[in-house]
Amino acid sequence: MDMKTTHPGFGRDAVRIPLSELDLAVIGAIQAGLPLVSRPYAALAAQLGIAEAALVERLASLHERGVIKRMGLVVRHRELGYGANAMVVWDVPDGEVAELGRCLSKFDFVTLCYRRPRQGRDWPYNLFCMIHGQDREEVRGKLRQLVQCCGLEDIPHTLLFSRRRFKQRGARYRNAAEREPVTS
Amino acid sequence: MDHRADLTELERRLLDRYQHGLPLSATPYADMAAALDVPEAEVLAALDRMQQLGVLSRVGPVFRTHAVGVSTLAAMAVPEARLDEVAAIVTSFAAVNHNYEREHRFNLWFVATAASDAELAEVLDKIEQLTDIKVMPLPMLEDYHIDLGFTLQWT
Repeated sequence: MDMKTTHPGFGRDAVRIPLSELDLAVIGAIQAGLPLVSRPYAALAAQLGIAEAALVERLASLHERGVIKRMGLVVRHRELGYGANAMVVWDVPDGEVAELGRCLSKFDFVTLCYRRPRQGRDWPYNLFCMIHGQDREEVRGKLRQLVQCCGLEDIPHTLLFSRRRFKQRGARYRNAAEREPVTS
Repeated sequence: MDHRADLTELERRLLDRYQHGLPLSATPYADMAAALDVPEAEVLAALDRMQQLGVLSRVGPVFRTHAVGVSTLAAMAVPEARLDEVAAIVTSFAAVNHNYEREHRFNLWFVATAASDAELAEVLDKIEQLTDIKVMPLPMLEDYHIDLGFTLQWT
């Protein structure tokens, strides 16, 4: 698999970072998380048939190259009191998306902020962010704060509160088209 | 579902401090334990317990979107009476890592990730075929957020 090519499709505007076979093998081994043992990298390296130090070095390199955004504890927000989460979508003039996206991202309660394509009349929104709060009133208060601080009073937006969570886990990059037993 | 009150002081300190910056040494848990001045066995036990509680999804990496493979957010407008059935079909795909009900005409929202565009398109096509409902793909075009984890409020 050559990750250097520009894919004309879902990832078309993404910056492609060249990945070696070893990078991909390491990503495959670690995508579901580290084992909770004293030498977790040794355990994964043994599976791949490489040295522990080589695996640690490769992870450091993936981090440095920006493939890995962060390494650490990945939490599930609902279990930590954040019972309300809302996706807020904005219909922003195309030339202002980046500036407003950076403004929204400054707030620590905004956990994602992406530009996405509009989809005709069905879906006019091109800027998405996620707000987590302990309850809906808190989320609405945070939204008011965003509107005020980023000057979004005249920008149409919609708030989509989440209801049921059917599935939440880390991404898997292989065998994606297969179906698996329902676990959640 | 809110497990904050069940968490020990050590568990909270781990969540506050190590959502990013996991030590990249051969012994990350021992390093965390040394920094927090507790035995390594207590750190391992705390992480294991938080995983059992469902507070902790995993200890590991968060990848930059589109740095590895391709992914997309997608939405479906599902008739209320079919929502359980359609959600179960969407969840059954290995490619789907998030799947939520949201309050909107577009009421089912999921994220699918695959190794290539072709494989991702195949997943979305199969979902449309199995459910007979249109899937609206909303792939990321630009990311404005720097992910350092989540600032938790303990009260």
